Amino acid sequence: MSRKLSHTQRVNRWGYIFLIPFLLAFVIFQLIPLISTIYNSFFENYMSGLTHIGPTFVGLENYKKLLSGGELLQYTKNTMIMWILGFVPQILISLLLAAWFTDPSLRLKGQRFFKTVIYLPNLIMASAFAMLFFTLFSNVGPVNSILVSTGILRHHFEFMSHVGSVRGLVALMNFLMWFGNTTILLMAGMMGIDTSLFEAAEVDGATAGQIFRKITLPLLKPIFVYVLITSLIGGLQMFDVPQILTNGTGDPMRSSMTLIMWLNKHLYNRNYGLAGALSVLLLIITGILSLIVFKATAAEEVD
Amino acid sequence: MIDERDIQDKDINLGAPNKGAASVRVRRIVAYIVLILLSILCLVWFYILFINATRSNGDLSRGFRAYPSDRLFVNLNNLFHGTLPVARGMLNSLIIAALSAVLTTYFSTMTAYAIHAYRFKCRKAIFVFILAVMMVPTQVSALGFQQMCHNMGLENSYIPLVLPSVAAPVVFFYLKQYMDSNLPGELLEAARMDGAGEIGIFNIVVVPMMKPAIAVQAIFAFVGSWNNYFMPSLLLHKDEMKTLPILIAQLRAADWLKFDMGQVYAMIAFSIFPVIIVYLILSRYIVGGVTAGSVKG
Repeated sequence: MSRKLSHTQRVNRWGYIFLIPFLLAFVIFQLIPLISTIYNSFFENYMSGLTHIGPTFVGLENYKKLLSGGELLQYTKNTMIMWILGFVPQILISLLLAAWFTDPSLRLKGQRFFKTVIYLPNLIMASAFAMLFFTLFSNVGPVNSILVSTGILRHHFEFMSHVGSVRGLVALMNFLMWFGNTTILLMAGMMGIDTSLFEAAEVDGATAGQIFRKITLPLLKPIFVYVLITSLIGGLQMFDVPQILTNGTGDPMRSSMTLIMWLNKHLYNRNYGLAGALSVLLLIITGILSLIVFKATAAEEVD
Repeated sequence: MIDERDIQDKDINLGAPNKGAASVRVRRIVAYIVLILLSILCLVWFYILFINATRSNGDLSRGFRAYPSDRLFVNLNNLFHGTLPVARGMLNSLIIAALSAVLTTYFSTMTAYAIHAYRFKCRKAIFVFILAVMMVPTQVSALGFQQMCHNMGLENSYIPLVLPSVAAPVVFFYLKQYMDSNLPGELLEAARMDGAGEIGIFNIVVVPMMKPAIAVQAIFAFVGSWNNYFMPSLLLHKDEMKTLPILIAQLRAADWLKFDMGQVYAMIAFSIFPVIIVYLILSRYIVGGVTAGSVKG
């Protein structure tokens, strides 16, 4: 008996050995950089022209500078506006499509084709997609060419010089890239609902709309929370699309500059103190958001 | 659950059964129309891209046309002999994406196997920890990462873009779930009885059984790395190390009006269409694989 136990224990030691690569990579490439990022946030450390200032310990100065300047608020606002503009149509359309795809009374044909098509933009290189939109919507690009030649517009519209159109294009790209993904996630959630609930409701004479509102939506809540929060975390990381579309300027008048574009700018200019403080702020926000997802979905996975 | 107003609705429906069938037909037609419009909205950009990549600069300046021309290979040829190191960029992107995909799937399978198959003291704590760090974005540690690479002389190297994929909590989570429902413990016991070592069991028994899940995650990892712009742009400065997204950004930053627009479209097409073609071949596995990692069941 004791020999068998010790054998099991010996075998189970392999659990630690198989974890070594993950833990090593995690510590070296994520944990240490994260700690050094936090450490940097307490130091004055930047380039002024060609002279390197610092590093000097300044306590919470960087945070004060970050929070007192108007830029943080402005860029947070930009990020959130563009996220909401993309997310609201995304969740509405996805919900509608998922309900249609899973509705047995509709028996839609060609589902695989439609799912393949709507998921496709998700895999496209975001930077190339943004570059494509930039050329398509430029002053001499095909969209303006079509709008003018069909007589919808008399003169070309400068998509890149208006706050609304730049934000709208970023939101449109985000919508296109993510609504297919969200549809598939919501569908999986809907198909996980016990069909006997639907049958019982149908026997009771509930209409499709009633079944959707009274049964599907309440039972979808965990997946809803998951989609909402993961999309919000993704939205906070918005970078490639506005960066390439506006060539990193966030123009017009920095109205499409996102938080990560700002971080990227600090990193390029070796402005480490402020970059560190901004990173820590983003870490705290995403940490809180992750906790919500974790509580809502993943906690029950741990056996 | 169903209130009085709903019950009234029900009576009306029962009174007119034909109306129910008609409404299903109407809803089906509406659904098809919306789906077709959305499909067009998804595809039209790539159609215009394809058309424009086949046209010459002079032709493009005369405005939009809905059918292709015959200059695609001329444009591509000009692109490859132009100022941007496109061929090299493609090779760099391929190497980094392929190595990332291999490393991330192999080692995430290993991590998942450690948590799945063995019972040791910190097992649960480590599992919770990996789930907890799953959502932390790479950007928040980019500063420290960039400095570390700078200090270790790893800028302009594949290493910092490839090795970190060994620790990928999302891939781990997907594979762990797949393993829980597809890897019978008896099989491992049988292999152990036959005298196989633990590493041998992992490589010869576990990895082959995980093939479907590994394939799905390898595709996602490859595409994710292929499309990645943020980290490579902070680390790769030498022309011969740059990846395709960086070259796209360079194209955007250049005074693009002076460019041959046929070449610009060819460059974008060159970055987008390989992924689309591979996607169309593998779409069945990809679309099916989207959900399994993120939603239970």
